[in-house]
Amino acid sequence: MQKISQKSIHKYLRHDKKFPHVWCPGCSNGIVLGAVIRAIAELDLKKDNIAMVSGIGCSSRMPVYADFNTLHSLHGRAIAYATGVKMYKPEMDVVVITGDGDATAIGGNHFIHAARRNIDLTVILINNYIYGMTGGQYSPTTPHGDKATTTPYGNIDPTFDICKLAIGAGATFVARTSAYHAVETQSFIKQAFKHKGFSLVEIISACPVIYGRLNKKGDAPTMMKQMKDDVIPIKQYEKLSPEQRVNKQTRGIFINDTEKMEYTLAYQELIDSLKVPKGDSNE
Amino acid sequence: MPKTHKPEDVEKLKEGTIIRKDDRHSKMEVEVPEVKSTGDYKKTPVYIYYDWCKKCGICVTFCPTGALGRRSDGSPYVPNPEKCIHCELCDRLCPDFAITGAKR
Repeated sequence: MQKISQKSIHKYLRHDKKFPHVWCPGCSNGIVLGAVIRAIAELDLKKDNIAMVSGIGCSSRMPVYADFNTLHSLHGRAIAYATGVKMYKPEMDVVVITGDGDATAIGGNHFIHAARRNIDLTVILINNYIYGMTGGQYSPTTPHGDKATTTPYGNIDPTFDICKLAIGAGATFVARTSAYHAVETQSFIKQAFKHKGFSLVEIISACPVIYGRLNKKGDAPTMMKQMKDDVIPIKQYEKLSPEQRVNKQTRGIFINDTEKMEYTLAYQELIDSLKVPKGDSNE
Repeated sequence: MPKTHKPEDVEKLKEGTIIRKDDRHSKMEVEVPEVKSTGDYKKTPVYIYYDWCKKCGICVTFCPTGALGRRSDGSPYVPNPEKCIHCELCDRLCPDFAITGAKR
């Protein structure tokens, strides 16, 4: 693996913006931003050919700090905006940075329909189990029984499995990993960039200041250690008994389908098929 | 040692009770205040940008060889520079882009 130094990462950051960034101490969003930049630097993509789109939320602050074409849009509508960008400029690499609440609660509709169309977007979904920026409300991925500011006695809602949702909706590259596994995160993001079609990388992340404090999960390093034990490879998960599987998450690539037609290509084919050939226009 | 520190402050710096604040305007490559090593800037194995560091403690916890240590206020420093193997795990796991263990 080609080594990307910290110094070369600084080339991709906007130094005129307010650094250090807005995220709390120990928040995994910075690790994911580093992984995204490392993946882009490793693939040697042009800065001008990347569009980074986000909605509202902690994770969606990311395009503010990265030096690409960036679009900070409405809550939950990041994928809708990104679809527009991709349809107008199909040669661009469009990457969507979104959170669990942003993508699956308020923007759930856009998410499943972008997956159904199989449009060539790279969706990086940072799952911290809570709405961090708005004060700690419970989200569709808050585990059963865990506390949030709107569920002070424990959450009774069942949770979403985002990867299964995306596979069911028709996404062609789906992977899950955690922010602790930073090298794997980088490699999955790299593969998602290369993949033609809707690609989703779900990254389990730590929110030590709101989710961790409300549920007594400890400080940032303790949460990261917990993540190391709880997010395990698919093969290892299959060997476990049902009692041992409680609170465990799988990581790895769930689907990598290169057969399905990509949406912008299908659209271009339709345009080409309807064009009137030269010489026939006077008939 | 930086010129702006008074002689009595230098002793406190060695003990790890105060942090340097004088390099506020340099965005990158702030010198690590070394405690045990000789103080040669070029030979420092780990650079820490104290301006960006939020003292979360992730780099110290996950350092595989124990080259990094933590001061009483939570900020990292390099007590054992000879132990660094340049694995760059601190680079990857730092959420604030505030540390680098790459070879120079």
